[in-house]
Amino acid sequence: MAEAVRHSGETRRGFLNWFLGTSAGAFLLSVLYPVGRYLIPPAVGESAAGTVTLPIKPEDVKPNTGQIFKFGNRPGILVRTPAGELRAFSAVCTHLNCTVQYRPDLSHIWCACHNGHFDLTGRNIAGPPPRPLDAFVVNARGNQIVVSKGA
Amino acid sequence: MGTLDKGHGRLWLWLDERIGLAGLEKLAKKKEVPVHRHTVWYYLGGMTLFLFLVQVATGILLLFYYRPSAEEAYESVQFLMAEVEFGWLIRSIHSWAANLMIFTIFLHLFSVLLLKAYRPPREVTWLSGIALMAIAMGFGFTGYLLPWNELAYFATKVGTEITGVVPGIGPFLRRLLRGGDEVTGATLTRFYGIHVAVLPAVAALLLGLHLFLVQKHGMSVPPAVERRAGIRGTMPFFPNFLLRDLVGWLSALAALAALAAYLPAELGQKADPFASAPVGIKPEWYFMFMFQTLKYLPARILGIEGEIVGVLGFGVGGLFLLLIPFLDRRTARGEPSRLFTGIGIALILYMVALTYLGYTASATR
Repeated sequence: MAEAVRHSGETRRGFLNWFLGTSAGAFLLSVLYPVGRYLIPPAVGESAAGTVTLPIKPEDVKPNTGQIFKFGNRPGILVRTPAGELRAFSAVCTHLNCTVQYRPDLSHIWCACHNGHFDLTGRNIAGPPPRPLDAFVVNARGNQIVVSKGA
Repeated sequence: MGTLDKGHGRLWLWLDERIGLAGLEKLAKKKEVPVHRHTVWYYLGGMTLFLFLVQVATGILLLFYYRPSAEEAYESVQFLMAEVEFGWLIRSIHSWAANLMIFTIFLHLFSVLLLKAYRPPREVTWLSGIALMAIAMGFGFTGYLLPWNELAYFATKVGTEITGVVPGIGPFLRRLLRGGDEVTGATLTRFYGIHVAVLPAVAALLLGLHLFLVQKHGMSVPPAVERRAGIRGTMPFFPNFLLRDLVGWLSALAALAALAAYLPAELGQKADPFASAPVGIKPEWYFMFMFQTLKYLPARILGIEGEIVGVLGFGVGGLFLLLIPFLDRRTARGEPSRLFTGIGIALILYMVALTYLGYTASATR
């Protein structure tokens, strides 16, 4: 008899512990799930545009200079080579994402953060950058410069 | 150690040696809660604390998406409500828990007032409690502006204008609050700083003091219960009282979830400094009794502007509330104090009546 009473008491305790534990777990999950999802930023409509018309006139870009432009929400760099050719690249350094600049004294593209060098075809020629800069296609149509992603 | 060690794992022992858990455990086990017919009022402070913790957690989450500038605030909240997963839920809970917290603070305040729990040696507990209520209202006032919508904009215009009524330093205070002569993006940045940095810091300090004092003095037994020897015994705070507290917290959470799901926080129109105030504009409900009082005051009272009389009146009223433990000498001596019970009831009736009128009286008349 005494054995049976103690036994049923233990089962009741066991059930309560299981019940409370499961409830607490479910509660925790129902809080953590929304919070977890909330913390993940929604995909922002990244400008999918493959083509950008620059607010720069072709004649304003002098030989042996470069300037940064907005390509969607990332920077691009427009370069006029000493020979007078217009070229455009992604301005994001392939090393650690700094924005590169044109160095007229070296006549090539340079990243100030870790001394990365790129030549006028975007190829990484010195310093830590592991890959060339992404090249864009440049079209100077009359008064406008149109930059688009390669083919 | 000895008997206390029973039932504790190695981690507990490791931590105990380093940070002294046994002392905390002893403290928790020492606390006893008196059981009598007013015991139920003891749960309100804990519920307020719970809602405050909800505010801290959801507030931190909102910071992840919110942008405190006149150009972006409205858009960032709109983004949060429409795009961010569960963004509507987090914001709605923040908004509803704020309202529920102010409500439980009022209930807590009035129960303490009517049960005379401010009696010696709990005067400082009362003072810190009143200060915490003022801070909670400050949280409400500054937080209301942050979505930068039409209602928030005008509420802030009116609210800050009221400080300008204070004789002498009023205009200076108004400028200080607004960060300029008008409510602009500068006001928004200022309120943001107050809401997420200044008030939380002060609240944490005062809350620490308040809770420490409650722990130090224990629960106050109402003098009337004491006189009639109405205590039926005590219950251990840990775990008996705490588990009952927990039931209250879960109920509050259930209410919060239901309110947030069925009545999510709205955003309305973006603030336009060059638009007229919308018809029927009202403050948050907890400012309503003051708002309505100011409406009823005539333009001039004894040659002074009615507004000034009203604002000064509220100042004096607040000071009176703050000083009650020092004014109520009968309670301090352990005698019945009908006068202060009457004052408490009158205060409740006044606030309820004016709030009711604020919502029912015609706004255009």
